[in-house]
Amino acid sequence: MDWIDVALVAARVVVVFALLMLVTILLVWFERKVVADMQNRVGPDRAGPWGILQTLADGVKLFFKEQITPRKVELGLYLAAPMLAAIPAFLMFMVVPFGRPFRMTIGGEVRTIPLQGADLNVGLLYILAMSSVGVYAVVLAGWSSGSKYPLLGGVRATAQAISYEAAMGLSLVPVVLFVGSMRVSEIVAAQSGTLTFFNQTIGLPAWNLFVLAPSFVIFFIAAVAETNRAPFDLVEAEQEIVGGFHTEYSGLRFALFFLAEYINIFTMSALAVTLFLGGWSGPTWDGSLPVLVSGLLPTVWFFLKVLVFLFLYVWLRATLPRLRYDQLMTLGWKRLIPASLVWLFCIGGALAVRQFGLPWS
Amino acid sequence: MGPLEAFIKGMMVTGRQFIATVFGKGLVTTKYPQVMREKPQRFHGRHVLNRYEDGMEKCIGCELCAGACPARCIYVRGADNPPDHPVSPGERYGFVYEINMARCIFCGLCVEACPTEAITHSQLFEMSTTNRADAIYTKEELLVDEDGQPNHMFGEDRFADLQELRKADGWMRATSPQGRVAYEGQVAWSGSAGVGVRPPEVGQSDSDEDPRSEAADG
Repeated sequence: MDWIDVALVAARVVVVFALLMLVTILLVWFERKVVADMQNRVGPDRAGPWGILQTLADGVKLFFKEQITPRKVELGLYLAAPMLAAIPAFLMFMVVPFGRPFRMTIGGEVRTIPLQGADLNVGLLYILAMSSVGVYAVVLAGWSSGSKYPLLGGVRATAQAISYEAAMGLSLVPVVLFVGSMRVSEIVAAQSGTLTFFNQTIGLPAWNLFVLAPSFVIFFIAAVAETNRAPFDLVEAEQEIVGGFHTEYSGLRFALFFLAEYINIFTMSALAVTLFLGGWSGPTWDGSLPVLVSGLLPTVWFFLKVLVFLFLYVWLRATLPRLRYDQLMTLGWKRLIPASLVWLFCIGGALAVRQFGLPWS
Repeated sequence: MGPLEAFIKGMMVTGRQFIATVFGKGLVTTKYPQVMREKPQRFHGRHVLNRYEDGMEKCIGCELCAGACPARCIYVRGADNPPDHPVSPGERYGFVYEINMARCIFCGLCVEACPTEAITHSQLFEMSTTNRADAIYTKEELLVDEDGQPNHMFGEDRFADLQELRKADGWMRATSPQGRVAYEGQVAWSGSAGVGVRPPEVGQSDSDEDPRSEAADG
């Protein structure tokens, strides 16, 4: 570990940070544009070409706005909550690889640089932990605002997070069992090549999606609920509880919550791609294309796959009405958790049979 | 219908609208300040005070509009016409004429009450102000100029259709003097400066036949 390694890690962190900021700016614009199209409207079209700078303008506006602090707030927690929302959102993406590792000669030494903030050996646990920490921000913001609507939003967030955290965790266990590793880069590596099923090669990529489809469905539903997006946006239900947990926030503090929400959407989409759709894997035509192009192609595949999920997020938001509270609880506890448990038993049994053979033989 | 089927059906609805809008078919909104939508002929927009074709003001200061106004937003004071420079044909003219647009509900009762067709609606609708005093339109702002052009705030670079702004007093052509739905026979409204005697509206009959019998035949 010399200073070059430290510099490389720092550079990767800066790259991921800049990437997330850029993605947020584009994602907000993308969502507004797509929802506008679904509602037969034009959408933002004034700031820059196709209105692409709209989010930047809104961000600058929020930056210069007054940050109101109501009299009844618990000041420490009230100030900490927006940061507690934004920091885990940034940290969660750190373990997601968004491109193929590339080799580079620095200081007379060939180094492999992964396009990933950090490759932890407990990557999946880390992701679940960070997404849980993000929920604290919502709960604390709701509680510390000293106002009834944020409190209601915070209470809802608590119940919703617990219900869907469980389903999400359970839906990831089959992936870990199947791949045999919690390291995100190994999960991606396990999904390269073509699918083999009972020693038969099928003309499909070896994505976990085709083997673990029920896990994928449960994961995606839980991910939408974890990010508090429609139709699970009871936490900030505008029609019922004003703005929910962020009612009393304004200016830059509100912007941090907003930023966290959109980074979480992107991270959850990136996770769905990484865990079930093969991450950055895809055809690169090594050798027939210039090195730079075939080196960047995996990143292109990654972002294209993520874009599909981002579109799905927006599509869901434009279509579905908000769930009633009891429907939310019913879906979480009576449908998703039992389904993921049953599926976990099935996949566990199948893997045991594959490794040890049938118990009676 | 099961929940899954309903879900797919719902997603298809938004998906169809998305594709339609992307290919430029479903769009229902316009890029407003650049593209102005054509308004109906009888649009209840900001009021104007009309002139006769010779430039005389139509308002005679009778205050019937103020009496008819349910929102009490019209203030009129009449005065005797100066004999050597008459403002309106007749004895009196509207000396003060103010409408508080912050209170006006655009019901059109003032237009119907007016005996000389002096006050009519126009196609103007952009009336936002930054203080309440500006919401009160005075006679100078309401009165059309000698050519019958309403007082508008569009500069040279605006895309407003200045001809459209002259499309006033639609209501009086909406019914014939006999009170029938369709206009029939003699024109019974006075001419206005700049545009002259306005023709009946499109779709109105100008024959002497009863439109109801025509409808029965068709």
